[in-house]
This record gives sequence, C-alpha cells and structure tokens, in this order.
Amino acid sequence: MNIHEYQGKALLKGFGAPVAEGVAIFNAGEAEAAAKKLPGPLYVVKSQIHAGGRGKGKFKELSADAKGGVRLAKSIEDVVANAKEMLGNTLVTKQTGPAGKQVNRLYIEDGADIDRELYLSILVDRTVGRVAFVVSTEGGMDIEAVAHDTPEKIITVAIDPEKGVTAEDLKALNGALKLSGEAASDGEKLFPILYKAFVEKDMSLLEVNPLIVMTNGRLRVLDAKVSFDNNALFRHPDVLELRDTTEEDAKEIEASKYDLAYVALDGNIGCMVNGAGLAMATMDIIKLYGAEPANFLDVGGGASKEKVTAAFKIITADPAVEGILINIFGGIMKCDVIAEGVIAAVKEVGLKVPLVVRLEGTNAELGKKIINESGLNVVSADDLDDAAKKIVAAVKG
Amino acid sequence: MSILIDKNTKILVQGLTGKTGTFHTEQALAYHGTKMVGGIHPKKGGESWTGAKGETLPIFASVAEGKEKTGANASVVYVPPAGAAEAIIEAIEAEIPLIVCITEGIPVADMIKVKARLDRSTSRLIGPNCPGIVTPDQCKIGIMPGNIFRKGSVGVVSRSGTLTYEAVFQTTNAGLGQSTAVGIGGDPVKGTEFIDMLEMFLADDETKSIIMIGEIGGSAEEDAAQFLIDEAKRGRKKPMAGFIAGRTAPAGRTMGHAGAVISGGKGGAEDKIAAMEAAGIRVSPSPARLGTTLVEAIKG
Repeated sequence: MNIHEYQGKALLKGFGAPVAEGVAIFNAGEAEAAAKKLPGPLYVVKSQIHAGGRGKGKFKELSADAKGGVRLAKSIEDVVANAKEMLGNTLVTKQTGPAGKQVNRLYIEDGADIDRELYLSILVDRTVGRVAFVVSTEGGMDIEAVAHDTPEKIITVAIDPEKGVTAEDLKALNGALKLSGEAASDGEKLFPILYKAFVEKDMSLLEVNPLIVMTNGRLRVLDAKVSFDNNALFRHPDVLELRDTTEEDAKEIEASKYDLAYVALDGNIGCMVNGAGLAMATMDIIKLYGAEPANFLDVGGGASKEKVTAAFKIITADPAVEGILINIFGGIMKCDVIAEGVIAAVKEVGLKVPLVVRLEGTNAELGKKIINESGLNVVSADDLDDAAKKIVAAVKG
Repeated sequence: MSILIDKNTKILVQGLTGKTGTFHTEQALAYHGTKMVGGIHPKKGGESWTGAKGETLPIFASVAEGKEKTGANASVVYVPPAGAAEAIIEAIEAEIPLIVCITEGIPVADMIKVKARLDRSTSRLIGPNCPGIVTPDQCKIGIMPGNIFRKGSVGVVSRSGTLTYEAVFQTTNAGLGQSTAVGIGGDPVKGTEFIDMLEMFLADDETKSIIMIGEIGGSAEEDAAQFLIDEAKRGRKKPMAGFIAGRTAPAGRTMGHAGAVISGGKGGAEDKIAAMEAAGIRVSPSPARLGTTLVEAIKG
C-alpha cells in the first residue's frame, strides 16, 4: 500500500525526522489559509499523487509550456494561482502512464535553501534478507539513471536486525553521503529514526529523494515516498486509515475485498488462474501467441465457490475483455469448485465473450464433467498450450 | 538417493488442528504412507488428532516435546501468517533439521527475524509461501497433488507452486519422472534459495537432469546462473531446462507473490533468461513446453 508524500512526512515527523512545515489542501479555496500558516517567503506547491516524476510531469489540460506538478511560489498570491491551475487537472509523469492521474490534493510546503541534494532509501535487501539503506550523493534525480550510468555512486548498507543501526553503520552512511559538521550529527540522529519508522510501521520502501543539506548546514527530508508491506497491514490500523482508494484501480479495489490478487493490464484476454507463478505464465503464453492479457488474477490456493464467482464477475465487468481464459492446476484448489463458481457467475451475469477452460489436477475430471453438462458455451482445452491457442484464436476471430 | 526427504523422514505438523493442516496431513498419510508423526498445539498437548478416515496422530504442546517423543527430523508449518514466524523459530530452537513453511502472507519484517535466527542454527528452512517437497513414492510434505508424480530422474526447483505442478506433470508425461521436487516459495525473504537446491541436485546421483523455474523480482536466478557457471568449470554439470514467469508483467507492480515485483529497473524477466541461457540452461518461452525442452536438453 502506498501513501501520499504529505502523509509520509507527517508519519516521519512523528518519529522525530526533520521535515519542513506544510499543509495539505483538497480545494483551491484552502490555499490562501494554508500558505498563511507557513513562514514564507518561499513556498512549494506539490501535487499529491501516488507516482514519481511529478516535478517533470505535465498537466494534460494545460499548455505544453505550463509548469510541472511541483512548483515554487514566491508569494501567497502565487500559491493560490498555482493551486487553482493544478487542482483537478491530470498530471502525466514518467510513472503514471499516458492516462495520467488527477490531482485531488496539494501539499503547500515551506521552501528551503538547498546546498546539496542527496538520495536515501530504505528497503528490504532480499539478497541478504535484511533491511538496508541505499544512499547516494546524486540526489534529486532519477535514481535508476544513476544506478545505470554510475553504479559506483550508489552505496548499500545492510542493517543487522539483532543490532539495529550501529555506530559503524552511521559512519558508513555519513561517509557515503559526504556529510560533515552539523549535517553529520543530524545524520547520526536521522538514520536511526528512519530505520525505526521503517521497522515499526512495516514499510516495504521508504524513499527520501532528495534528502537535502540546506545552506545553513542542516539536513532535511524534502520528499518522502512510503510504501507498506501489505502482509503486515493487519497490525497497523493507523496506516490503513491513510489509504486513498481514488489512487487505485476500481477493479483492483473490488478484487481486494475478496482477497484476490488482481492487477489490471491493457490487453483484451481476461485470465483467471490459481497460483501467482502460473498466473504470470498464463499472461506470458497469451503474449507468446500474439495477444495481450487484460489482467493478472490469482484466485489463490483454497478459493471458495463465492470467491471464484466474484473473480469471474470482475473479469467480465472489464469492457476491454473480449475473451476469457480459465487456467487451473488444482493442488489445494479443487477443479469442481472452480467449475461450480464459474457456472454460478455465468448464470448471474451472462457470458458474452468466448470462454476457454483448462482444468488439471485435483478433481479435474469432475470439474470438466460439471462444465460439459452445464450447457454453457465453453471451450475445453487439453493443456496450457492448447488453451492459449484456442483463446487467442477465438478473440482474433 | 533423493534430496532432503525420503521414506524415513518423520514429520511434525505445526498447525495440524486447522482446516488446511488437517486436509494436507490426511493427503500426506495417504501418499505412500508418509511418516507424519504428530501435531503441535500449545493448549492441546496430550490430546489426539483424528482425520476423515479415522487416522490418528498424537498432539504435543511444543515442538521440542514432539521431537523428543517421536524422533521427528522435519516439521511442516501451516500456522496462519500472524503466528507463522514464531512457529518457525520454535522449530529452529528445537533443532529440527528440516522446516517447511507453507504459510503465505507472513510480514517480511518477521521473516527478517527468522532469517537472522536461522543463520545461527543448523536447521534448513524451505519457504515460506511454498508448496513443499515431494520425493515420489516415498514422502510428501506440503500441498502438492501426489497423483501427478512419478519416480524418476528430474530434480525440480521452483519459486512458484502451480508451476512446480506443471513441471512435475510434464516430466511425468515425458516419461522422465522426478527424483525430488521442491518449491522454494514466492516471498522476498526465504529460507532456501536456488543455489542451495542446485548444489543438492548436482550432488545427488539419482538426479540426472534439472528443471528450474524462476519468476520476476530479485536476483536469485542470476546468482544461480553464476553458481552453475562456476560449478561447470569444476566439471559438475547436468542438463537443465528453465522458465521465467512474468515476461509480460508491468514494472513496479507486485504480481501475487510478495517477491514478484520488478523494482528500480531490476528483477525483469529478460535479464534472468539471458543469465540462465549463458549458464547453459535451455529456457523455454512457454510454460507448456517445460517437459519437451528438458528432453531436448538431455539429448544435447
């Protein structure tokens, strides 16, 4: 789960991290009052969407030479004018895709005098099975480009979970970021704070890009991108309250209600599969035969008839879907349960597109029998290869 | 020889009394008499468990007690996510040599703690978020369907459960059968990586060829490829087929498995496929041709 920058900063502030003063607003009418709460004279007006690259992003509705999604303002009037121009419009960035994302929230923040921009993130380094800091002196830019062009400028410091951030780790981090004087002592306080926030809140990513050294020599968290481990949300009701469902795909929200792993994609063949690996492989084989999957959908191991019905309805509700492939290799999942769930869903919502079903594993014969005797217009497939060929042929007509 | 488990493996079940634990313990007992020797429940020690066909197993209050009274040398964990890490740590502390965790959805922070504890132990953990291990006709730990297996010569290792079934099914149909099949799990932090499994398969005389199934996310496949290149230089090499799931997955999205995500431009399928091919693995573009691709690799 992702949250907005302003929410992430408030959370980090609660742990004692140095962040600028700021106020989040939901409509332009709130802009003036928000700016008046800040010291000025420099303000930053930042679009709050769950995607990076906001500064370089462009608003769809504005002219091509209009400013991006993060703007400097030098007066309260300037803040208000920018807020009016930005709110409600669609920001397209490198990470949003061409459709862009509507900006429904802005964060008005106190401006800072920047001396240096650094990069810091905390993540789970899966190669060592530990939480690790990833830092670079090359902040404020696309870190993937830095990693590609100058990988030696990115330094990773993995933290021993039984010791936490040690004096040695602090020295390594300060050294990597070339911090000295007050900035170095700020770093010694900040790094353990960020680690504590990451661990206590079960984050999966905490990215501060940039972390800045101000002209007064102090450190400040200038941006915050925070994602949480979905598997740990059950123990963080406070975090769940920060969820902004307007940032999520409606079909994915519906799927999450039934505990289905669903990701919306751009193609036209809807997929229902058991197991994440097989679900990805099913997408791959559709592509291999020249078509595109409309979604990733893993119904999971022990799905009930109700869950299968819900999954089928989510797939058929997508207007882009021109054909459906159900691919089940039953282990825990029993093929007859899948068959019954599909039939129940078809009876409820109808079936307007070709449906190919491949059932293998536990109770496969029973499942096939149920489908064959249902009288529905379903194409049976012998194996995965046969199934993929048949659905691609059916969709291409 | 098989790897990890055989007909003498004695298994305790952590989470036996739940629906999942009960169902799969019945299935395991029915699979060539896999030696399930007891269940663990802190409050039901001294009671017993009865399966649908009247099978019974003793329940012990702790893993340590269960091990002492049964001589168990393995445990399987079906405990729900919130308590699963604790269950694994209990098994590690009881010095169970092989722990297999089936549970999906364990917080990664919990697994980091488990990993640190595991590194200081003699236990091997398979999983979590995995389908388990099967040595055909001898022993089945976990949730894989037993009827698709056939005793044979292919070692199967996979990050995905259902793709393990595909590989098993296809190698059975190709007449090769399996020495042992292991699902190492789809989580980012886990007990056993590809390299560990490949080492065992290379050392096992009964394993004549290997199928390795990876997916997007992380760099375990690249690490495994480098390991295979190094071992080949030492003269250890077996015919291998492979597959990587997620060629069409979009970057930045987690595809069902917590570990299946392309992040920061890393963990994409193409890099993994290139690395595996460089190590001499025949990578099938189709998940439906794992068996036939391996047959081609064996022919050379």
